[in-house]
Amino acid sequence: MLNRDEDILKAAEDWHKSGHGVALATVVETWGSAPRPVGSNLVINDDGTFLGSVSGGCVEGAVVTEALDVISSGQPKMLEFGVADETAWNVGLSCGGTIRVFVEKVG
Amino acid sequence: MQLATLAQLNVERAARRAAILVTDVASGEQRLVKAADIAADPLRNELSTQLRMGKSGMVEAGGKRLFLNVYAPTARLVIVGAVHISQALAPIAKSLGYDVTVIDPRTAFASPERFPDVPLIAEWPDVALSPLNVDRYTAFVALTHDPKIDDPALLHAFARDCFYIGALGSRKTHAKRGDRLRAQGASDADIARIHAPIGLAIGAVSPSEIAVSIMAEITATLRLPAKEKEQAA
Repeated sequence: MLNRDEDILKAAEDWHKSGHGVALATVVETWGSAPRPVGSNLVINDDGTFLGSVSGGCVEGAVVTEALDVISSGQPKMLEFGVADETAWNVGLSCGGTIRVFVEKVG
Repeated sequence: MQLATLAQLNVERAARRAAILVTDVASGEQRLVKAADIAADPLRNELSTQLRMGKSGMVEAGGKRLFLNVYAPTARLVIVGAVHISQALAPIAKSLGYDVTVIDPRTAFASPERFPDVPLIAEWPDVALSPLNVDRYTAFVALTHDPKIDDPALLHAFARDCFYIGALGSRKTHAKRGDRLRAQGASDADIARIHAPIGLAIGAVSPSEIAVSIMAEITATLRLPAKEKEQAA
């Protein structure tokens, strides 16, 4: 079954209640063609388990890695991904768009 | 995000109430504004615009860059008529993330064997509909072909401002339906809101194909700007 927004946010709450460190990633801006609309959520816990999406799977890996950092530091981060990005070879968006993702710790 | 804010957001979502999360992206500072509290909020203009469009986005206010994340309730599909098309439509709608409810007072139709894993109400629309809190985040289809069941259901859908209203039947059937509904107090504008014949014209023949055409039309109504919607119809 696909995860809906409620399921994703409920999972974040449940993970936190069961003692996990949790981060929430949100698409806050997009330029050009972007796979997921502004407002889309990805939640990540300290096991590296994640639900939801911020792209078509292109940058989730990178966001999860950054999220683990955010969980340990507690400091929110703004990430940007796009073909113009210097990391494009690794985690660029194949569709040619640019997205900005806000990652914050829950709790 | 504070755990309390997340918990509050989950409560609003479970109750099918819209809410907007306001985040200062520089500081991470955050607050949740419930739909009912927007009118009294200092950001009421920005908040109500975003909510009306159902779109999240960045705004500038008081020298700050704020991200407004609009959490509208999950779209819901109310199907009146536990008919063959509905058996195909319910699982398609579920896979698209809709909360689905099927209503039919005829217990031979509304049986759990025919609708596994779908909330099913074997009652007349006047009993079944009011506890459902049908709202503008609801798509509403009347598929029984029986005026005793479909007509009162459609009147309820008009009153609750459903974002999509569709009814099964040919143009001729629909013209007669319009006359009956007008006689019961529906306006011409109400009648014009009904998608009939239901579904996009894709040459659908089988119940499953008709279900696809209905779901495609619901999706177009939800997502397309008004002008392109006319072209799709």
